[in-house]
Amino acid sequence: MSTRLATGGRFLDRNQPRVFTFNGTDLSGFAGDTLASALLANGRSMVGRSFKYHRPRGIVASGAEEPNALVNLGQGAAFEPNQRATTTEIFAGLKAESQNHWPSLEFDIGALNNLVSRFLPAGFYYKTFIHPRAAWKHVFEPIIRHSAGLGRAPKERDADRYEHFYHFTDVLVIGGGVAGLQAARAAAADGGRVLLIEQSAQWGGRAPVDGGQIDGKDPEVWINDALEELEKAPNVTIRRRTMGSGVYDHGYVLGYERIADHTPGDTRPRHRLWRIRAARVITATGAIERPLSFAGNDIPGVMLASAMRDYVVNYAVSPGDRTVVVTNNDDAYRTAIALKNAGLDVPVILDARPQAEGDLPRAARDLGIRIETGRAIARVKGRKSVTGVAICAQAGEGAVLEEIACDAVAMSGGWSPVVHLWSHCGGKLIWDEAGAFFRPDPDRAPISHDGQPFVATAGAASGQMTLAETLKDADSAGKVASRALGLAAGRKGAPKASQPQEGPITPVWMMPQGAGPALRQKMWLDYQNDVKVSDVQLAAREGYESVEHTKRYTTLGMATDQGKLSNINGLAVLSGALQNDIPAVGTTTFRPPYTPISMGAIAGEARGDIFQPIRRTPIHDWHDDNGAEWEPVGQWRRPYTYRRAGESTHDAVMREVKNTRQHLGLLDASTLGKIIVKGPDAGRFLDMIYTNMMSTLKPGRCRYGLMCSENGFLIDDGVVARIDDDTFLCHTTTGGAERIHGHMEEWLQTEWWDWKVYTANITEQLAQIAVVGPNARKILEALGGMDVSADALPFMAWADGQIGGFDARIYRISFSGELSYEVAVPASQGRALWDRLIETGQEFGVMPYGTEALHIMRAEKGFIMIGDETDGTVIPQDLGLNWAISKKKDDYLGKRAQARSHMTDPDRWKLVGLETTDGSVLPDGAYARGSGTNENGQKTVIGRVTSTYYSPTLDKGIAMGLVLNGPDRMGEVINFPALDGSATPARIVSPVFYDPEGEKQNV
Amino acid sequence: MLILTCPCCGVTGEETEFHAGGQAHLQRSGPGASDEAFEAYLFARENPRGVHFERWRHANGCGKWFHAARCTLTLEVFGTYSAQTTQPPQEVLDAIAKRRPGWTEGGK
Repeated sequence: MSTRLATGGRFLDRNQPRVFTFNGTDLSGFAGDTLASALLANGRSMVGRSFKYHRPRGIVASGAEEPNALVNLGQGAAFEPNQRATTTEIFAGLKAESQNHWPSLEFDIGALNNLVSRFLPAGFYYKTFIHPRAAWKHVFEPIIRHSAGLGRAPKERDADRYEHFYHFTDVLVIGGGVAGLQAARAAAADGGRVLLIEQSAQWGGRAPVDGGQIDGKDPEVWINDALEELEKAPNVTIRRRTMGSGVYDHGYVLGYERIADHTPGDTRPRHRLWRIRAARVITATGAIERPLSFAGNDIPGVMLASAMRDYVVNYAVSPGDRTVVVTNNDDAYRTAIALKNAGLDVPVILDARPQAEGDLPRAARDLGIRIETGRAIARVKGRKSVTGVAICAQAGEGAVLEEIACDAVAMSGGWSPVVHLWSHCGGKLIWDEAGAFFRPDPDRAPISHDGQPFVATAGAASGQMTLAETLKDADSAGKVASRALGLAAGRKGAPKASQPQEGPITPVWMMPQGAGPALRQKMWLDYQNDVKVSDVQLAAREGYESVEHTKRYTTLGMATDQGKLSNINGLAVLSGALQNDIPAVGTTTFRPPYTPISMGAIAGEARGDIFQPIRRTPIHDWHDDNGAEWEPVGQWRRPYTYRRAGESTHDAVMREVKNTRQHLGLLDASTLGKIIVKGPDAGRFLDMIYTNMMSTLKPGRCRYGLMCSENGFLIDDGVVARIDDDTFLCHTTTGGAERIHGHMEEWLQTEWWDWKVYTANITEQLAQIAVVGPNARKILEALGGMDVSADALPFMAWADGQIGGFDARIYRISFSGELSYEVAVPASQGRALWDRLIETGQEFGVMPYGTEALHIMRAEKGFIMIGDETDGTVIPQDLGLNWAISKKKDDYLGKRAQARSHMTDPDRWKLVGLETTDGSVLPDGAYARGSGTNENGQKTVIGRVTSTYYSPTLDKGIAMGLVLNGPDRMGEVINFPALDGSATPARIVSPVFYDPEGEKQNV
Repeated sequence: MLILTCPCCGVTGEETEFHAGGQAHLQRSGPGASDEAFEAYLFARENPRGVHFERWRHANGCGKWFHAARCTLTLEVFGTYSAQTTQPPQEVLDAIAKRRPGWTEGGK
């Protein structure tokens, strides 16, 4: 059992106890503890259950690579699942719960899976749940869905605050170990701006634990000196608790700072996402130790050797009284020595190599530790904790030579450089035979915009595994970066370092090398997702040769740790099974983030009211004060309807339609796009942009126009007014102003750049109010100042003038079929005009109306709406709008496309009106069924509803739709099936339901 | 996230300031064009592993369209230039030749 040692602990402040809760039990740790070290100090070596078999899981690692110790942290609005205990600093009142078990961590029903694990190999989902077909939906999927997912999703809105932070630097150094510190010193020597970030709360990385001397000093002393120097330098910024999350194109890097995870409630933002642009990036991200694959390597108490000495040295945690060390390299001997120095027992070091003669094995021998070379672990004994190991020859098949009682096992399979950040942006790897790892290939680095490499690695991340080489490499990386920026490199040489000499590693991918199936089924590669050596070998036998396919078939490395421990071991096993070289098998792709980052940090401040900018018309506040129910249209907010006390939304809409048709309605039309097109070639240009002929429009007149893409499809519509010979004002849809302005500019700048035309989007400069209904002329006459009679201002004309004292431009246009004027005034006058119209309109029965009433009235008139009748596949000819397509023009955008064979196909669905035989309202988007079936055996469809409303004017449901040969089938009844199996019959009619002669609007 | 320099306003900005507009130097086909020519104009696009001429718009900046010569493999930018031209200027071709000896337009 693990416990706290009486003395020691580099990171601990024993004067500051911290009480926290794990699974409801109060436990105590110290300031400086991680949740993992504090749990171990309290004897909690079992902290979770694995995903598939629900096997007991203990803490394996001491850092970001931890696959097992994932917990639910916090409660309520601060709840967050899948937090790594090894990277969680404890604080007073921390509440953590273990995951993936029911009813409890100690007794878990899901562990039944473990008993039948033999029948749940790789790919078992795909093999098992195929037959019978119907069972998938009703039996298998619900069960799998229930058991899927680690942790619980938070239910409450996140109470914490997050922010983004932009940073520009010459050199970014990621990793605050000795390599990162030295790289930063070298890069900063000539004044270049340097940002140094470290993911943990401590600087210095592994060096103080692993020992040696730097420039004749203890590593810890050297680290503090280097930090002091960097803190003083005005050109250097340093940040702890900030992880390099991802490296992206051209030196863009995301940093993830955990500002207040360890100080909740202190009002600071919890996380900060650093959006860094660096000219050069140095990744000094160190290396991660690999587990060894032996039977029972997942039992709580089996730990990485390096993690174990971290816990002993940094946190004064004893992993157990008796620890067996198993290794294929010299480095693990450091753990045995650290344990011995802490007064703990190391009964034996099992070294898979035939001999161990380096400085470290000699030192271990001198301490009296028994060393057995050529030996391996046949299996670990114990279930929820280690009780002993059975020893065998590494060369054999696992025959037990001896059993040794112990309560912990330290394993080391060698080290793998952390190449993730190097690889994110295309840095390539090479296989290092001597070190048995993939390391960055410095000749194939990620390339920046200037064609120069922009990422370099430093220290262990380069594959330099000794202290001296690490510092030399880091110094060089810093100097190279500085020189690349045109700065001189520091004159100082790399620090001199000394360390015990290490003997070579012997790669061991399976232990013992000849292990049979029974042992291989208990050798874990991926602890979180329960992928074993046997699973990868099975995948290879079943034909999975690509490492990417094997990953997905077995789920190796797909857990939340993304294979930090399992990746290299897994692909070594795969290459062995395929009898291929490891470099030929290759690695899976490294993708950001390095470890998961919070959704809150990604969102930053963009949530709630400031999720996105909201556009408000000058009359917005009036709408808000008068019962407007808002409808988002693009980034605008438009009143959907103005609901009065005692009314339903539907009632309000009906009232607004009726009042507008009978008396007077006002619509805030300010959101409509308004684009000025000006210049000697403006008419010629608009003839290309619109299907209609615009160049013949007379100044003072308006024309409704259609715009198509070059692909022929209808993209926008609106009324164009000719202001003078050189000037047009083009109205667009509310959501279309920016898009259409961009569309015009694109053609002007990239195709017809020699045409003399300017465009300007003046949408927000004007407020525009539609004055609609039989009393429209009366109210404008009451305001006075302009002649708005039918003679002076006929239908489709416009005029400038002063009305009621306002400088206005009045367009005589109608989207409702009623007598209608749209009055445009400078935006600053919009509210005053609206107030005046409301006041003056009282005697004429004025009421404002919203977008739904607008929609109903346009549908009653058979006017199309972009986005309802069009969906990017509809051409004007489909909508019966041939009258708006000029036959005289040689060319317009979309003309050639509309001549393609399928565009002229007589079987294209065409616009018609639809009237239910019982007066009911057709469901929106409903399809009409034809007779017979298509080639897939599906029932044929012959049309669909594009707009459908209840018309208060006609007191029945009306709809528009696109129907096969529709215009030729007037009077026919077609059926629209509903989801409940019923069908609504509807008669094909003209889409113009109201005032087909246009008498109402032309008075 | 790419870095591009707008040749119209001179600003060197982040990719989020810009909007990609696909292949540059397309020859427009209008009415009268054959089906094949029109199809090629509307749909057929180069997808090279290497040098590519692209249209970009400085959408959150000066709003102007421009062209960029870029390597789709290494993401290196050889140069940006005016959109008001039917072919890449000589200095951009020279910059490409310097970095990619033996490269010819069209990748042939």
